[in-house]
Amino acid sequence: MNTIDQNLAEDILKKAKTYGATDGDVVFAEGDTASVRVRQSAIETLSKAREKRLGLRVFVGKRSAVSSTSDLSSDALDRFIQDTCTLAKAVVEDPDSGLPDADAMAQDLPDLGLHDDSECTMDDHIDQVTRCEAMIFPFDDRITNSEGAEFNSGKGRSLYANSRGFFGEYNSSSYSLSVSPIASENGKMQRDSWYTVHRRFAELETPEAVGNEAARRAIRRLGAQKVKTQSAPIIFDPEAAGSLLGILSGAVSGSALYRDASYLKDKLGEKIAPDWMTIYDDGRIPGGLGSRPYDGEGLPTRRNTVVDKGVLTSYLLDTYSARKLKLTSTGNASRGIGSGPSVGSTNFYAVAGTHTPEEIIQSVTQGFYVTDMMGFGVNMVTGDFSRGAVGMWIENGELTYAVDEVTIAGNLRDMFLNIEMLGNDLVFRGSVSCPTMKISEMMIAGE
Amino acid sequence: MTDNNALLQQFGVSEREIDQAIGLVKIPEVDDADLYFEHSISDSVSMEEGIVKKASKHISQGVGVRATAGEKTGYAYTDEITLDQMRIAAKTAKYIARSPGDGTAVATSARTPVARSLYPVNTPATEIATKEKVDLLQKIDAIARGYDPRIKNVMASFATENKMVMVASSEGWVVGDVQPLSRLQVTCIAEDGGVRQMGSFGGGGRSEFSFFFEETRFEHYAKEAARQSIVALNAVPAPAGTMDVVLGPGWPGILLHEAIGHGLEADFNRKKTSTFTDRIGQKVASPLCTVVDDGTIPWRRGSLNMDDEGTPTGRTVLIEDGILRGYITDRLNARLMGIPLTGNGRRESFMSMPMPRMTNTFMLAGESDPEDIIRSVKHGLYAVSFGGGQVDITNGMFVFSASEAYLIEDGKVTTPVKDATLIGNGPEVLTRVSMVGNDLRLDEGIGTCGKDGQSVPVGVGLPTIKVDGMTVGGTDQA
Repeated sequence: MNTIDQNLAEDILKKAKTYGATDGDVVFAEGDTASVRVRQSAIETLSKAREKRLGLRVFVGKRSAVSSTSDLSSDALDRFIQDTCTLAKAVVEDPDSGLPDADAMAQDLPDLGLHDDSECTMDDHIDQVTRCEAMIFPFDDRITNSEGAEFNSGKGRSLYANSRGFFGEYNSSSYSLSVSPIASENGKMQRDSWYTVHRRFAELETPEAVGNEAARRAIRRLGAQKVKTQSAPIIFDPEAAGSLLGILSGAVSGSALYRDASYLKDKLGEKIAPDWMTIYDDGRIPGGLGSRPYDGEGLPTRRNTVVDKGVLTSYLLDTYSARKLKLTSTGNASRGIGSGPSVGSTNFYAVAGTHTPEEIIQSVTQGFYVTDMMGFGVNMVTGDFSRGAVGMWIENGELTYAVDEVTIAGNLRDMFLNIEMLGNDLVFRGSVSCPTMKISEMMIAGE
Repeated sequence: MTDNNALLQQFGVSEREIDQAIGLVKIPEVDDADLYFEHSISDSVSMEEGIVKKASKHISQGVGVRATAGEKTGYAYTDEITLDQMRIAAKTAKYIARSPGDGTAVATSARTPVARSLYPVNTPATEIATKEKVDLLQKIDAIARGYDPRIKNVMASFATENKMVMVASSEGWVVGDVQPLSRLQVTCIAEDGGVRQMGSFGGGGRSEFSFFFEETRFEHYAKEAARQSIVALNAVPAPAGTMDVVLGPGWPGILLHEAIGHGLEADFNRKKTSTFTDRIGQKVASPLCTVVDDGTIPWRRGSLNMDDEGTPTGRTVLIEDGILRGYITDRLNARLMGIPLTGNGRRESFMSMPMPRMTNTFMLAGESDPEDIIRSVKHGLYAVSFGGGQVDITNGMFVFSASEAYLIEDGKVTTPVKDATLIGNGPEVLTRVSMVGNDLRLDEGIGTCGKDGQSVPVGVGLPTIKVDGMTVGGTDQA
């Protein structure tokens, strides 16, 4: 057996019942991936693969276990099902475990335009990376080296079935192109990168545009210096702002909340952001990188309003965390092949503001325009935030010299309340998106 | 090392099939080719709220086919180990050589095994009954909660893997290894008067399940996680700015991993993208600093009998008395740079290409008494436990985040401070090491290193050291 279809998925669930399972679900994914990297105009790596993987979760009453395999031969499959049931019997009962109710399952499965049928050959891959990397050296004499340009493509099918009668499957694809130029001046090197990612090949930014933007970003970092330790306004460019918003998406995740591991525990209905700010998690944006027609438990995805005019209005929940918190699932179960459901955001974004990025920069006399952050200095339990940052120093409303080797720190609770301006430059570049963001004050540690 | 016949049987291939598959990819235009066979079984159990509620098991098997020609690498993999599938993969791998032809079969023979066995496990932890793991986690729950009534939740997990690998090279040899790996992790949440805090501790290695019961390790992990969460309840905002920093022994060695280690991986230096490029023989640290990467320490999480290209691991001196001595290499970069193979060619799985990666990276002990080191600081930070770190190898900037740290005031360790990121520059930070303790310790066995999307287990180690002037990213401006 080389693949799994609806019949086989249902057979697996039936078989599990003969080994003692009372419920179960099956996830299966298969697909082809290809990748080409070119560096200094020569192909550096080329790789290609076809993969498939089956995941099974079984419940024996209130006990459950998860397992996964790539061996779909019928003997191996039978042993796999039996072993999973044995494993489930070895753990402790969890009163809140179990599949969602049958009547909650997704009924209509919309076509969200997640799949691109067009052919993208190895030569197309090579053409994309070559054209992209070719842009960076002519951009400026100070672009002296490159970590290369890479093009990745993936096409696949995923399937989900459970013993409460749900069956769904869909195809999806993704294409991405990135390049990392290195600029040098006075014996010091700086690297930056740019990328484009989309579900449809034809909708990627052009390789030329990606190459130019990457070169511009690398050149901008030359001559970087530390600044004095001080408290100042911080502006996050859309990439850095997206990273901050991603942290918020983790803090509203039911998985963190029921474990008391989020600083936003018990904050529903409270003001956590300025009263003009709204944040959505929308699983059904056509072609969205985080879109899916149903979640990892077969429930319909939807648009959840997480922050409405500054007030925290919804957490993101799967069935389990919803039961723990005495709420209902928001259709945010995310499901890897090798694990049970956990909460995941879909397309998580802040609604655009009214200011141009230039106006936001002009509003600052002395401050820090952050273009990239480093490290893992976020304590989700307390909200304490401290990360390395690079970017540009702002003086009298203008970007001046490059800054690196400093940290910015604060508490996420204050940081989101102190958002002063949002840009009108919201672009969906990934599954978390945010426009330019200004926070009135944070601590910068440097010299 | 491992009997090749047992491995061939495990992977269901014959020597003849391997010879043929290598022959398909080793055409004249290809400099080096290999097949990497991997079979792994992994399982985990986890507990929270006093209930061991999750158990999982995963089986994965496949073969990766690689061809390198000049600086180019072609790679393909398949989860079906058959000659047909290897033929398809070989076709992709040698696409880089732009030649359609097949080579002739290469006769391989078992390479003389390396005369060592760094992790001779009789019963892999994957074969221990789930019930024993469940019992262990429940004991941990009781110990952690018993430590202090303010402990409100305990999360613990035990994860183990047993990996069989076999490498067949176009040089005509086949060599294999069996690599066990286990890790036990405990996280506690403490709450007092509306303040909530977290503490984590864990350990492991390429060891048997009994490892966690020796020297009452599991109790130690539970108590340490509990203690850290309780200490953090009283933490004050961390200072912001430049000050003297004392790093405690063991896991703070993550400093070396980020500040030095990544920048000395040969691929970055061949491409001249590392800030350490062309600096061999130069002074990059104070004369007190000698740093090594050593993949040969028995039972350690970062150790391997052979790397994932079949090269025996070794001990590489990276910095000797402050002078930069060497890079860590894989086959491709050693060949292209004309420098020694150090046994650092590693990969996450058969789905990934090998790259130069660290094993166990640490600084050798110095002569100072750790207490004298602390006493020498008037105003500074004493950091003993860390979360993750990251580096930009091109400009040398690195960060790592302290999860347990204290102020040093007038030579004494005083108040605990909240999480803060420490930031510095790789080639420069070790030049400001002014004291090195006599208390070298390796970490407990929890490190995972990410590079280019691939995760591999690693170790770090450090004696207590003093760094004169480092930027601490707190919120409290002194």
